[in-house]
Amino acid sequence: MSSNTSLEPSALSLNDLPWQIEYNNDRCTLCGQCTAVCPVKAIELVTFQKRIIKTSVKPGAEQSNQYDQFYGIRQKTSVANACIGCAMCTLACPNDAIRPVKNPGLDRMKFHINQKGVPRRRGGRRNASGSVLDRIKFTRISMLTDPALDAGRHEFEMRTLLGRVLSPSENMKRLKTKGWIPPVREIYPLIIGGMSFGALSPTMWEGLQMGVAYLNEEMGMPVRVCTGEGGCPPRLLRSRFLKYVILQIASGYFGWDEIIHAIPHMKEDPCAIEIKYGQGAKPGDGGLLMWHKVNKLIAAIRGVPPGVSLPSPPTHQTQYSIEESVAKMILSMSMAWGFRVPVYPKISASSTSLAVLNNLTRNDYASGLAIDGEDGGTGAAYSVSMDHMGHPIASCIRDNYLNLTKIGMQNEVPIFAGGGIGKNGNIAANAAALIMLGASGVQIGKYVMQAAAGCVGTEEDRCNVCNLGICPKGITSQDPRLYRRLDPEDVAQRIVDLFVSFDTELKKIVAPLGRSTSLPIGMSDALGIDDKAIADRLSIKYVV
Amino acid sequence: MCRLFALTSKDPVSPMLAIKALDVMKEGHDGSGVGLLLQDLGEPFEEMKDAPILSGIFSEEGIRRLDLFMMDKGFLTKYKISLKPPKQGAKGIPKRDLYLIRAYELPEGWENLDPEELADRLLKIRLKIREMGEEKKDMIVFSFWPDTIMIKEIGDPMQLADYLGLDRKELHARVIMAQGRQNTNYAINLYACHPFFIKGYCTMTNGENTAFIPIKDFLSSRDIPGYSGYQSDSEVFAHILHYSMEELDLGIDAYKHVITPLQQQDLEAHPDHEFLSHLKKSCRPLIIDGPNCVIGTLPDHSMFMVQDRKKLRPGVVGGKPGLYGFSSEICGLDAVLPDRDKSKDIQPMHLDTAIVSPERQEVDICRQTQALNLPL
Repeated sequence: MSSNTSLEPSALSLNDLPWQIEYNNDRCTLCGQCTAVCPVKAIELVTFQKRIIKTSVKPGAEQSNQYDQFYGIRQKTSVANACIGCAMCTLACPNDAIRPVKNPGLDRMKFHINQKGVPRRRGGRRNASGSVLDRIKFTRISMLTDPALDAGRHEFEMRTLLGRVLSPSENMKRLKTKGWIPPVREIYPLIIGGMSFGALSPTMWEGLQMGVAYLNEEMGMPVRVCTGEGGCPPRLLRSRFLKYVILQIASGYFGWDEIIHAIPHMKEDPCAIEIKYGQGAKPGDGGLLMWHKVNKLIAAIRGVPPGVSLPSPPTHQTQYSIEESVAKMILSMSMAWGFRVPVYPKISASSTSLAVLNNLTRNDYASGLAIDGEDGGTGAAYSVSMDHMGHPIASCIRDNYLNLTKIGMQNEVPIFAGGGIGKNGNIAANAAALIMLGASGVQIGKYVMQAAAGCVGTEEDRCNVCNLGICPKGITSQDPRLYRRLDPEDVAQRIVDLFVSFDTELKKIVAPLGRSTSLPIGMSDALGIDDKAIADRLSIKYVV
Repeated sequence: MCRLFALTSKDPVSPMLAIKALDVMKEGHDGSGVGLLLQDLGEPFEEMKDAPILSGIFSEEGIRRLDLFMMDKGFLTKYKISLKPPKQGAKGIPKRDLYLIRAYELPEGWENLDPEELADRLLKIRLKIREMGEEKKDMIVFSFWPDTIMIKEIGDPMQLADYLGLDRKELHARVIMAQGRQNTNYAINLYACHPFFIKGYCTMTNGENTAFIPIKDFLSSRDIPGYSGYQSDSEVFAHILHYSMEELDLGIDAYKHVITPLQQQDLEAHPDHEFLSHLKKSCRPLIIDGPNCVIGTLPDHSMFMVQDRKKLRPGVVGGKPGLYGFSSEICGLDAVLPDRDKSKDIQPMHLDTAIVSPERQEVDICRQTQALNLPL
């Protein structure tokens, strides 16, 4: 570079990028697979020129320059094409000649990722690998039971209740007076949380639904899947599989048209209605389906033109405050299905979650509360929301459960926890810890994508392009060239694998604690942690 | 695993019978506590069935405080048995000043109270004395109820019976429950020693109730006086019994449906399917998860035994008309009732509640799959 050429402020070197391509020219066959498969076009095939100087110390010998050309792979250093570390190039390379490597230092790209005045938006996760849930140990091992339980052979009833459970005396009173008793579903405590039809690819969605149907009908596990906001394919609404589905409807009634038109044709009631007020990964923010993913099909289901970004509509104008909104929506949704379907809100974990819960305890139609913690994933959000906003799930669930206990309503308004369960792969331990802290069940989303569809995202800012529709695995893409990579049958099989193995692990945790006939909700005496402050905060044992 | 023995008899019998049974089952308890409940008492208490009897352990100072407190409330001592321990202590038994059993005249005006109100007042007085005692460590009170004596202490049952001289005529009773305790997960505390008593309902348990904390949280958040304490993982059984019979108006046949509901398939086949599904859902926090054997008595002096689904070695009920024994081990029953017809012994399994009514003529078996006497 000549000295009088100005350097752009955002001119980055390879060393400034978060992911760097390690490329071995000796092994490369120049097949072009890596460049073809790269979702962000971070690498390109280029011609390199190399000067070879031939000299001699002998007097009079001829001195010469030779120029040699060769072909190879070069990594682009522009912000838009920075490698995301998805390693699809490695997967495609026949000769193991290429791989992305995480830059161990602080990358300088962070300072330049807001070009054209648009701050970074990404899908994925919070990218913080620490987890309080992973640190919790199960310390109360039962040694006096006769005999000790065998997780592999004993009978277990690992079911939870979704719906407003009346207190025993109130239930008895209403049975005597033939009063209305709220609907309650007995379901599996691990729920597939809301991931919308627009966020996921059709093949991923189909795989999830098939897997859930198989689990229910062949494995006898009442697993439920939530649709996410923005509507539901009409064929599913009119099918008998709807009973395995929790329909999510957001406070802006996005996608509600399709659902309301299908109500007269529904063969089965849905399992429940989840009203979405917030998401843990981007608290206070609605969903954001970016234009890249709004193809004709998605546009048709949502009743919008194709190719426009779809941020969640604001809370409907008929709803003035959160209290009023919660009350009105719960009542209107309950009414829509003749008070036969549980209706509950989903909120992002925050210090005001308790206020919502208190509100629900006084509403007979409120069937539960789903709380989503800061470690949850998202299809798209501003980086700053994901990185710096939100409330951890453990203390939020604990506060809410203890509050219910204080007023004698524990389990009457079941609390479902979401956000970061199994973020480091320890799904059964995380779920069991949350249940023992007071959750009636847990919701997982990100984990499902990783386990059942091979999502390559990690807590190291890897991939995170769910928002752009270029998901290298075809999980969150609406581009047929990409989503055809994902076979729905394989996804279904992996969903079944996931739940069956989770079930085994959950039993391996609860059996030594001496529990088998009821889910150990609130069994906080089983928990310990090696941090005094956390132990005090969660009201569990401090053990070192 | 504690050892349990209970008797229900037409005629008053000595508590030593139960102590003898515990002694035979000795390998199963470690001397960390003995509990004894005597009800439907014989002479001299025969003549004062309505007089509440206070049982507990007191220091000299505690007695003085108790007398002042009771006089202030208007209670006058009607009859007392003083179990003064001998000067020379016994190994493994703590030195105490006085084991108190004292029957009181009701204060003026209390005779006309309706039974519920009277029961509430007696309960509140017991709780108050307990609270005062915990404050100054000078009073431990186990029961304050008509026709009921409770004795609890740390030590080996037979040794303790000799030490306290329990073989005396005044302590003869028709309903006797005794437990030799094997200390489980919690520190040794006299209040943790079974049986547990609330308003005429009494239970003792062996095994381990791993669902203790959620059940305790549920009960103590109901705001019902007396649902407190909880020094043992089994104390909740007595309160669940009281809750299901008094608060939910259920019969003893439904107790098992509360603590160990049927599994889904069996539930669907039950004649009272709908009612029981509601009961299972709303009483879910009360499901026990032990291997537990529960023996208990009701205010009408019925005696019962139930087992948890996980209990592989059940207790046994046997005897003859007029005298029945409930034991956690067969050898205990053999020691006390060797001349019974053993072929009629019943070991209630995970679906049964064995009940001997106050007439003491036979053992009724109530199966969980049978129709219920519903309060609807």
